[in-house]
Amino acid sequence: MSCASNTTCLPVGQKTQAYPLVRISGDRCLLATYGYTVDAAVNEKVRRIALLLYQEHNQGIEEVVPSYSTLAIFYDPDQVSVQELTLLLDQCEQKLTKIQSDEARIITIPVCYGGSFGPDMEDVARHSRLDTSEVIHRHSSSIYRIYAIGFAPGFCYLGGLDKGLHIPRLKTPRTFVAAGSVGIAGSQTGIYPQNSPGGWRIIGRTPLTLFDTSRAEPCLYRAGDSIRFLPVDRATFQAMLHGQGE
Amino acid sequence: MNEVLRIIDPGACSTVQDLGRRGHAHLGVPVSGAMDEYGHSIANWLVGNAACQATLEMTINGAAMEVLSPCSIALTGADMGLTINGAAKVQWHSHQVQTGDSIRIGTARTGCRGYLALAGGVASPMVLGSRSTYLGGRFGGHAGRMLKAGDILSCNGMDQADVQKTRSLLWSPVYADSITLRAIAGPQDDWFCQDSNHFFQSRFTLSPQSDRMGCRLEGPGIKKDADAPENLLSIPIAAGNVQIPPDGQPIVLFREQTIGGYPCIATVLSCDLWRLAQARPGASICFQRVSLETGQHLARTWQGVLTTVRCMLATQTQPIQPPKPTAYNDASTSRECSQ
Repeated sequence: MSCASNTTCLPVGQKTQAYPLVRISGDRCLLATYGYTVDAAVNEKVRRIALLLYQEHNQGIEEVVPSYSTLAIFYDPDQVSVQELTLLLDQCEQKLTKIQSDEARIITIPVCYGGSFGPDMEDVARHSRLDTSEVIHRHSSSIYRIYAIGFAPGFCYLGGLDKGLHIPRLKTPRTFVAAGSVGIAGSQTGIYPQNSPGGWRIIGRTPLTLFDTSRAEPCLYRAGDSIRFLPVDRATFQAMLHGQGE
Repeated sequence: MNEVLRIIDPGACSTVQDLGRRGHAHLGVPVSGAMDEYGHSIANWLVGNAACQATLEMTINGAAMEVLSPCSIALTGADMGLTINGAAKVQWHSHQVQTGDSIRIGTARTGCRGYLALAGGVASPMVLGSRSTYLGGRFGGHAGRMLKAGDILSCNGMDQADVQKTRSLLWSPVYADSITLRAIAGPQDDWFCQDSNHFFQSRFTLSPQSDRMGCRLEGPGIKKDADAPENLLSIPIAAGNVQIPPDGQPIVLFREQTIGGYPCIATVLSCDLWRLAQARPGASICFQRVSLETGQHLARTWQGVLTTVRCMLATQTQPIQPPKPTAYNDASTSRECSQ
């Protein structure tokens, strides 16, 4: 059966791989895909091209949204065409080596592990056959790349969780998970930015407000930044919670 | 800014919406905004506002309100029945209301969402550049939530001469129980080569489980190709994306989600989303494939019609007749066109 596909392959540069793969997502959006795996190098390329497109204020581009290996360009078809945008993506990729883009940051997130802030800590320890101090040590030793932000404002998809800490989600999700809760689901770890229902195994909580619409920069991080967890005790947690607004 | 309306009965799901919150999707903040931008914009134009002003979006059941200070109002969208002090008033028409008046908006007879505009625009605070309510994030609009009894809506100040003008349209859209949405294949149409024609030839029923995040459809299951990838790494979402989850029942995504992990077989044209926003649970829905070029042409033509209506309302001296149907070649859009 024939398939009238809107997908067009566009070879870029000298590479043998036909990336980006440009796909049509309606009359005002296109997607450019640079790979199909969770890969830091691909994600970094997506981040930097998105940044270039964002900084250059190109005519007709309304919004650029990066995710794991794909970026979306929302555009005004009266001002710019898909062909022009594909060329622009090609140019951006060639500029990447020459242009200094601002470096991705490493954001330190203080976490008070266990106790009432981490109701699933014991289960995680039992499942991974580690004691809780080792769970805390392993969880706070990695540097986690933020591959994407979505699902909810400020919710980040992190890569790099220690294999020994992988654990399935709760069979029955909780109806309430407090904002700032740090959890594990399968091979992922993450932080709940708002109070919400959720099925992740909760091992601790951060006193930081990750997302706040009243701040000039509403979110503490962007996709492409990395996160490091810093274990703090309950007293420090309380002090930071109260000191935050100052 | 002055207090204009007190909510007596909020209706089923009434929220403050404008044209949406742009430029924050990379932080997980969705666009939100009026589901039916067409009804929303015309309501605004009828009371002399710009389309970007905030209106009250009501779903299925309208609100009852008390007027706290004189204002001009207009109700568009679903045919909900508008009364002022018990007297029936026409929709798609501006009305002057006085302090103490009682406004009642009933249950939709056709269509799904009504838009009430107030001269000056609903003055909810701007959050990240928009007054739209984002229910999932609990911010924007009126305290980030649906309206409830006792809430007071304020308006931005307006030129009184402009407020007192009466404006009206002589036609309104027909919200049919059976609609065809024009859609461009993709972005993951190459995952559905075998079932693509099946999708475009099938009829689906709009599920009651639909909300501002997405319209869930029920119908023949759509299968991805045997050789399609197992999983999709989450990709950015565009309004109108038709997601196919593993159960094969399509979901048309609206404006409350930024990234998603299910493949999308097609994307509804931006100029057809308002028609889906007005479809009621149980409505019959099918998709017509158009090319990117045709889709962009249709969207541009539709924008042209809207611009014409806006200019006519801005300079109105008599009720406005429907625009020439040749400008927008779709018989189901206006009552006159369909007769």
